[in-house]
Amino acid sequence: MMTTIAARELRSMFLSPLAWGVLAVTQLVLGYLFLAAVDRFHRLQPRLAAMDGGPGVTDIVVNSLFSSAGVVLLLITPLLTMRLISGERAEGTLALLRSAPVSVTRIVLGKYLGVLGFLAIVLAVVLLMPLSLYAGTTLDLGQLAASALGLALMAASFAAAGLFMSSLSSQPTVAAVATFGLLLLLWILEWSGNLGGGLQQAVDYLSLMGHYQDLRQGLVNTADIAYYLLFIATFLVLSIRRLDADRLYG
Amino acid sequence: MADHPLVAVEHLERAYGSFRALRDVSFELAQGDVLGFLGPNGAGKSTTMRIITGNLAPTAGSVRINGVDLLADPLSAKARLGFLPEDPPLYRELTVNDYLRYCARLNGVRGSRLAEAVREARQRCGLKQMGERLIGNLSRGFQQRVGIAQAIVHRPEVVVLDEPTIGLDPIQVREIRELIRELGRQHGVILSTHILPEVQAVCNRVQIIHEGRLVLSERLDALNERMARTSLRLSLARPVEKTQLSAVKGVQRVEELGEGEFRVHHEPGGEPAEALAQRAVQEGWGLRALVPEERSLEQMFVDLTLKGEAA
Repeated sequence: MMTTIAARELRSMFLSPLAWGVLAVTQLVLGYLFLAAVDRFHRLQPRLAAMDGGPGVTDIVVNSLFSSAGVVLLLITPLLTMRLISGERAEGTLALLRSAPVSVTRIVLGKYLGVLGFLAIVLAVVLLMPLSLYAGTTLDLGQLAASALGLALMAASFAAAGLFMSSLSSQPTVAAVATFGLLLLLWILEWSGNLGGGLQQAVDYLSLMGHYQDLRQGLVNTADIAYYLLFIATFLVLSIRRLDADRLYG
Repeated sequence: MADHPLVAVEHLERAYGSFRALRDVSFELAQGDVLGFLGPNGAGKSTTMRIITGNLAPTAGSVRINGVDLLADPLSAKARLGFLPEDPPLYRELTVNDYLRYCARLNGVRGSRLAEAVREARQRCGLKQMGERLIGNLSRGFQQRVGIAQAIVHRPEVVVLDEPTIGLDPIQVREIRELIRELGRQHGVILSTHILPEVQAVCNRVQIIHEGRLVLSERLDALNERMARTSLRLSLARPVEKTQLSAVKGVQRVEELGEGEFRVHHEPGGEPAEALAQRAVQEGWGLRALVPEERSLEQMFVDLTLKGEAA
């Protein structure tokens, strides 16, 4: 049942221009940034070669590409998730799922899997760019894998938050705005400056960006991975509870 | 399982905040029943249907589908149900085939039975030629049919239809009614509507709900008997005294409606039409019309719902 729902979700995305538009824009923007990074590396290369233990191509090109990809995903994920539940609520199709012998947990997980499927396609396309460098140079594949893992976990976190926001509303645009606001806030928490001592530490820990930075540098830390997994689980459980509550109060 | 009614609803209550939408609603549905659910807007029809199909939790009471408690074991109860809500739950971007396949899978139809189920649902709902059309491009009537096809694709024992003929043209309405009658032969059907002739056309049982309470629950044939003719409408060209009419054999009471029109009440069965006609010719009253009057379901509906309001 879960995969049935996920497959329908993914299919419907590709039946609307939204998915294609998102893929095209992502590719265009990241392609441009990738080329710019390659160009920068090309100019810096003579000086880098002179440095002992200086940054390599992976550090410069891949790191900057994945950093930008994080921001682009922050912008596009709310658009992908906004319709997940609120759209069905607005069109009355939620009744179809509710009347079928499918539990709320499976409905939520099915929808989540569907959007993850789409994000996996986005990630694969992004990953192809640095891999194309492999034709002419050597890459630090370990760092690339860690970066990809970080981006995947972060995208999955964005999607979970978006799913929850979508479950709160019956207006997709409201869900998109709320998701975007929440993600942006969690993204820039680190910038809030000095709150002093333990509070600042706690705020830093909550920031989505901080955990991503380490992974991009190739540091795979259990704490960072646990952060993302907890983030995802929290929002999925909240979505399930929210959808369940519909039946009681709706 | 033959000893279970298909649907058994007991003491159903539902409150939205302090507003009590349903109060102590109990009824049963047997195999082969087409139950018409009538009521003014906002009486609780849709609330009842949404509870029966598991879309809404009741505040109190129980629903059993073929002996399976909907609240204790929702998944296996829902597998026996098909539901068409007021707004058909359609994905406009899918084709009819894709959509029905999805609905069948959601309801646990698998493998080789899938294609068969979709084909059959399409055929029964008159969608044979429409398989590859986009739902969004279909007319309202065909979309409604897709909605019904969705409700029966997994061959449920109970089909619940919330106002299935709303917004259709008269020919489409006739076709949908024909389909519902046909469904009644193999499934138990609950049908909500506020179109009274619809109930008389397709149902064998009728329930009227008013302000959250069931005010009538009866078989349609028994109801028709109760509503049997008990009055005649008489129109005469020349003025006649009421007492002259009352003297005719079989007449209980005469109402004068003005301009030579009278309503003549009589015992059920003991119709005085023939005697009245004879007399009118003999006395030269100038008989213009003599029409039996039926107490319609509409009259009954108005009586029951307005009585509630006056109380």
